[in-house]
Parts: sequence; C-alpha cells; structure tokens
Amino acid sequence: MNKLILEVSDLCKSYGGVVAINRVNLDIRQGEIHAVIGPNGAGKTTLISQLAGEQMPDSGRIEFQGQDITYLPPHARALRGVARSFQITSIVHDLPVIENVLLSVLAMAGHSFRFWKPARTDQDLLEPAMEALRRVSLDARAYDISRYLSHGEHRQLEIAMALAANPELLLLDEPMAGMGTEESTLMVEILSSLKGEKSMLLIEHDMDVVFALADRITVLVNGATIATGAPEEIKNNDDVRKAYLGDEDI
Amino acid sequence: MLNSISNMGVRGWVIAMVLAALALLPAFAAYTDNSFYLDVGTRLVILAMAAVSLNLILGNGGMISLGHAGFVGIGSYAVGIPAYHGVQDGLIHFPLAIAAAALFALITGAICLRTKGVNFIMITMAFSQMAFFGFVSIEEYGGDDGLVIEMRSQFGDWIDLENNVTLFYLSFLSLLAVIYLVHRIVNSRFGMVIAGAKGNERRMQSIGFNTYRYQLVGYVIAGTICGYAGALLGNFTSFIAPEMMDWSRSGEMIFMVVLGGSGTLFGPVLGAAAFLLLEEYLSPLLDFFLYEGAGIYWHFSFGIILILVVLFAKGGISGLLDRLEEFRLRRKRGSDE
Repeated sequence: MNKLILEVSDLCKSYGGVVAINRVNLDIRQGEIHAVIGPNGAGKTTLISQLAGEQMPDSGRIEFQGQDITYLPPHARALRGVARSFQITSIVHDLPVIENVLLSVLAMAGHSFRFWKPARTDQDLLEPAMEALRRVSLDARAYDISRYLSHGEHRQLEIAMALAANPELLLLDEPMAGMGTEESTLMVEILSSLKGEKSMLLIEHDMDVVFALADRITVLVNGATIATGAPEEIKNNDDVRKAYLGDEDI
Repeated sequence: MLNSISNMGVRGWVIAMVLAALALLPAFAAYTDNSFYLDVGTRLVILAMAAVSLNLILGNGGMISLGHAGFVGIGSYAVGIPAYHGVQDGLIHFPLAIAAAALFALITGAICLRTKGVNFIMITMAFSQMAFFGFVSIEEYGGDDGLVIEMRSQFGDWIDLENNVTLFYLSFLSLLAVIYLVHRIVNSRFGMVIAGAKGNERRMQSIGFNTYRYQLVGYVIAGTICGYAGALLGNFTSFIAPEMMDWSRSGEMIFMVVLGGSGTLFGPVLGAAAFLLLEEYLSPLLDFFLYEGAGIYWHFSFGIILILVVLFAKGGISGLLDRLEEFRLRRKRGSDE
C-alpha cells in the first residue's frame, strides 16, 4: 500500500451552533486522486479551508507528510507543499497571466525581500512559470491581462498557479465549476496528466468526472464521512445510495 | 535612442517637459528676479517626493493611508527640535529624520496592518492625529503655534542650504533619486508581492506569502522616504507646526496621488504640480473670469474639479494623457490609410 501523504483525524468545526464538519476522518495516499463528494452544504468547502489553513478547526488533527499542521497559517502550509485552487476563481485580475503564475514561483523561491533586480525578466522565475502554463495549455495567453480570459481559462490559470508552487498535494475545490463540456473535458485531461505525479484532493459535483478521475472517493454528508472506498465500492454502497445519490441513476 | 524618443508618447513628453521646466526653474526665477517661482518650485518638488512615497503603498500596495502627513511632520521636527537646542548639523538632522520616521512607521504600521479596508484608513489617521496632538501639547516647542527654525541644516562648507537655489536642487535631485528607487522597488520581487497582495491578498497567502510582513516593510519604506521629504520641507519653510501633520494634509497627499494617476511612476509628480498650481492660481483666475472677489471662494471650485477628476478622469492626469495618446495614434493611423 502506498504511504499516506495526508491524514485527517476527528476534525470538527462549527459556526455558532451549526456543525459544519463533524469528526471527519480522511487520508490521502501518495500519488492518488482522492475525490470528496457530497450534497450541497455537506461541508466540502469547509473541509478544504481547514486543510489549507484558512480556518482553524475546533478540534482534531491534520498531519501532512507525518508532521502536525493542524494550526499552521495558510502560507506556512503552502511552503510545505500544500497548494489549493479555489471554487470561485481567485487570481490577481489586473496582472498578466504569466505574472499570476510568477507569484507562485516567487513564493517558493525563498524570501522576496529583494528590492532592486527586476523580477519580471528574471529567467529563473519565468521558466518554471511558463512550464506551469504549458502543463495547463495556457502558454499562448501568457501575456494577456488575466481579466480578459474566459471562465474556462481562469480555471486553468487556477491550476497553473497551484502547480507552479511545485506542491506535493493539490487541494482542488470544484475545478470544473461552471464549465462547458469542452472546457470540462480539457480539464479532465489536464488533471489526468498529473495523476501519479501529484497527490490530489478533488471536490467535484460532476459524477462522470469523479468516476473518471478518482482512485478513491470519500462521501461527506452533513459534515460527517459516511464512506470511503474505490469508485466501484462507493457506487454499490447502500448508505451512500440512500444518503446522497438518492434516486439518481449512476 | 531616436526610436525611444519617438516612442515616448504624450505622457512621456509631458513628464519630460515638467522635469525640464523644474530643472530650469532657478534660472527663470533669477531672470525674472522673482523668488516666488523658486518657492513654489521647491514646495512642489518636496511634496511630489512625499506623494511618490505615498503612491508606493497606496497605488502599488493598495494600502490607503490617511496618516502619511504624520511622517512629513516627524521629519520636519527632526530638524526643528535639534535646531532649537542649538544643534545645526545636517548630518544629525537628516539621519534623525529618517530614523524617527522609520521607527514611527514600524510601530504604527505593525498595528495598522492588522486591519483592512476602512479600518486601516481610520487607524492610520488616528496615529497621525496622535502625533499631531502630541506636538500641540509640547509647550517647549511652541505647541500649536509652531517652531521657527532660525538656521537651516549645516553641511560644513560643501553644501549651503541657506542658498535657496542649492536647497531647490538638493530637493530636485532627491526627487529624481526617490523616483528611481521606487521604480526599482516596484519592479522587484518585493514590488510584485505587494502588488499581488493589493489585487488578491487571500490568494497570495494561499500560495505561500506572509503578506503582512511584506506590507509592513513597504509601509516602513514609504514612511522613511516621506520623513526625509519632511526634513527638506522643514528646512525650506523655516517654520514648522503640528498643522503639517493634520489629517487634512494627508488627504491632500492622497489627492495628489489620485489626481496624477495612482500606481504610475510619475503620476504623483504631475498630481502634486497640478495641485499646487490650482492652489496658487485658481483664486486669481476666478477673480479674472467671474467677478472681482470670486477668488475667495476658490475652495469651492477646487472641490468641483476634484470631484470631476475622480468621476470622469479614470487614472487621473496620467490616464488622461494616455487616452490622448490613443486618440492621436488612431488619427495617425486613419490619415495613413
């Protein structure tokens, strides 16, 4: 069995009286794509926020590569190799595409308290940035202002920014959100090409995508994990069918 | 070289002309035997420097500080207080101004930057008002009546600041140096990080930047430059008062940045120039064009101009010049066909 890259145990988080995440247990193996599915409001995005460090859990423990990162701030986790993409595109709209990616490279290139040398023409930064853009087929638009990209291209840029940080673990929050079929197919291709190379936690609504990509699936309902297993097991799990998939034909 | 000159565009030409006019100003003042021009020019250059420093955090870093005049005041008092005690040495005044402004920026910035948005604006204002009332309450240094600086900073035999032309050129060269410094910073790795944090701070944190630390360093750099400008201003006016650091002064500095074009390299210089020229000449113009006595109400027209610029001239004067350039190119292309 592959070694574990991320181990989440008994994670809890509530807002006021509302329990968003309730004793979640989850592990991600090195190199796998691990999908988290569940109905709206199941706590998927809350879970990713806890893993990325944007919100601190009430209790529980998150271990990344054997180290406790439960209460580390977001930037410290990023430096250890956890990168996330956002459900709602989160980029710097006023900057050219390449500069968004450049910032990711910069973040991993030691401290940036360098005040003199021009950064935009620095080959040490540009090359990895261009490489990340090529991985998501966005290199042709490198010098366009990010604002003017299509929705699908924004999503590709999201992935490129996460990739440019050369992370061990990618947290992908609905990378296909709002995409058309064609764009969605391209994104599946991009993610497939990364399979085995990067470990990924994937939140996705589109079941076709999930079953096409995921090695394992965890089902989250009302903030609690009700099942984890290979796609086939999940498909045939009675609890899952009852709680989540309902009458939906899969 | 020729190519780069023809590629300068309208904005480039206007900036070059403003800088050339400033460089020749002392000669013009001597020729017309009117020291008033030199006075306006010196004030312009010093305020432009302060505005350029504010633009580094406001235009490039998205930190809207309503307390930047506090640094001007601190720089000025770093000249005035030692002078009051008989210490005239410029090599003490200027380093003191820089160090005091940097320290004030570090302490207040460390607290202000814990907040965002409107709260940040209010707390920067609160700190500069604290400095304002602090100096008002110190009777020894004149309280709110201010302090007269009898003698400008002394640099031995090699620079004589008592000479107005020398003071002007020192300020002018300092402005050019500050612009170059800010240009390097804005294009450096550091500059990219604070620009990124302006555009999307949450994302910058998620890709691994401790944005707080970068913003704090940016805030200290801007405050330090502004403290230096304050030391020059104290030398120039020879009279300093807490009023220099009042929040309305900070508001004027923000206006210079916005008027000139925030986030552009020379915008604050154009903004400071336009601001001072309006302040000096709006009143006589109104007297001339409307009716005798209308000039008293120049603040009213000034306000209207400010509102119009914010509403209709996106990107301030720099933006306006760029649109002029686009218009010119389109016409040129049209006539070529």
